[in-house]
Amino acid sequence: MIDKTSLWTVIILLGLGSFGLRFVFTGLIGDRPLPPWLLRHLRYTAVAVLPGLVAPLVVWPAATNGALDAPRMTAALVTLAAGYFLRNVIVAILLGAITLYVGLALIGQI
Amino acid sequence: MPRQTSKSTYWQGVRDGAPFVLVIVPFSLLFGVVATEAGLNVLETLSFSVLVIAGAAQFTALQLLSDGAPTAIALISALAVNLRMAMYSASLTPYIGGATLGQRALAAYFTVDQSYACAIVAYEQNPSWSIAQRLAYFFGVVTPICPLWYVFTLVGALVGTSIPEELALDFALPITFLAMIAPMLRTPAHLAAALVSVIFALVFAVLPYNLGLLLAGVAGMMTGAQLEVILERRKEARMS
Repeated sequence: MIDKTSLWTVIILLGLGSFGLRFVFTGLIGDRPLPPWLLRHLRYTAVAVLPGLVAPLVVWPAATNGALDAPRMTAALVTLAAGYFLRNVIVAILLGAITLYVGLALIGQI
Repeated sequence: MPRQTSKSTYWQGVRDGAPFVLVIVPFSLLFGVVATEAGLNVLETLSFSVLVIAGAAQFTALQLLSDGAPTAIALISALAVNLRMAMYSASLTPYIGGATLGQRALAAYFTVDQSYACAIVAYEQNPSWSIAQRLAYFFGVVTPICPLWYVFTLVGALVGTSIPEELALDFALPITFLAMIAPMLRTPAHLAAALVSVIFALVFAVLPYNLGLLLAGVAGMMTGAQLEVILERRKEARMS
């Protein structure tokens, strides 16, 4: 059983801290101009963080207890290729989902 | 292209955010279930989702508290998982830094992986958008996502059953993000940044506190920025 004081301490401070992290630059810098070298780095934030967020989930899926999974890997590659060549998010999601379910059906998991 | 209004960018945001419902519903439902099983009451579970509004950090904190870790460790570990939010904040600053303090605070509260990813793509594609249009888009993306985060946390806490594993919705998150990322890879610099990020994230996955992702983010950004400089210099050299 989790101690109630400890729980509420974490909920409240984690809430405040997470807000602080989300607000730190938009809040403190506002519309002051940023140096060009920093802007150049920030242009790559999305492509530098999101792939790193997803890669471990693809290579070591939690659903298979971290074992490489052919349907999931194939679905990920199809989604990536579809998104890259077709430049359409919805179509890429649909093709990825279809690939995943066909793959899972083929190995008899659904 | 017809002139866009804040209203139309709001609805564009709603449309772009909608696919993420597939991620949000099972994830928040699961949090509600797991938190209840860990002994949290409905108020505590819902407070978690409303105040923290970040799935991975919530699961981290809950897991550590259940394991009997010290309060400070649970807090610091969960905050570390959310450090990427500071990177998102920095990345959004050139676009919405000119908004009022209240608007920036509200946008900050609603900065999650999905709203950030959608917003940054839309802002790059539409450099002519005003700050009002950018904010309207941002809150549009948030509309189908964040309320459902609260609602399905509550449903999970009350009903106590999550979505069957056979539906493989665990993989909705990787698929939706990959579909978002792929069209972002427009230049060799973007591709290199993403590739370095993936390699670093996998190699440093063993590090605690989600530090591998931070390293991946910094390394990816440096790679992208450096390659951009090199490629520009080459272009200039060829033209002169």
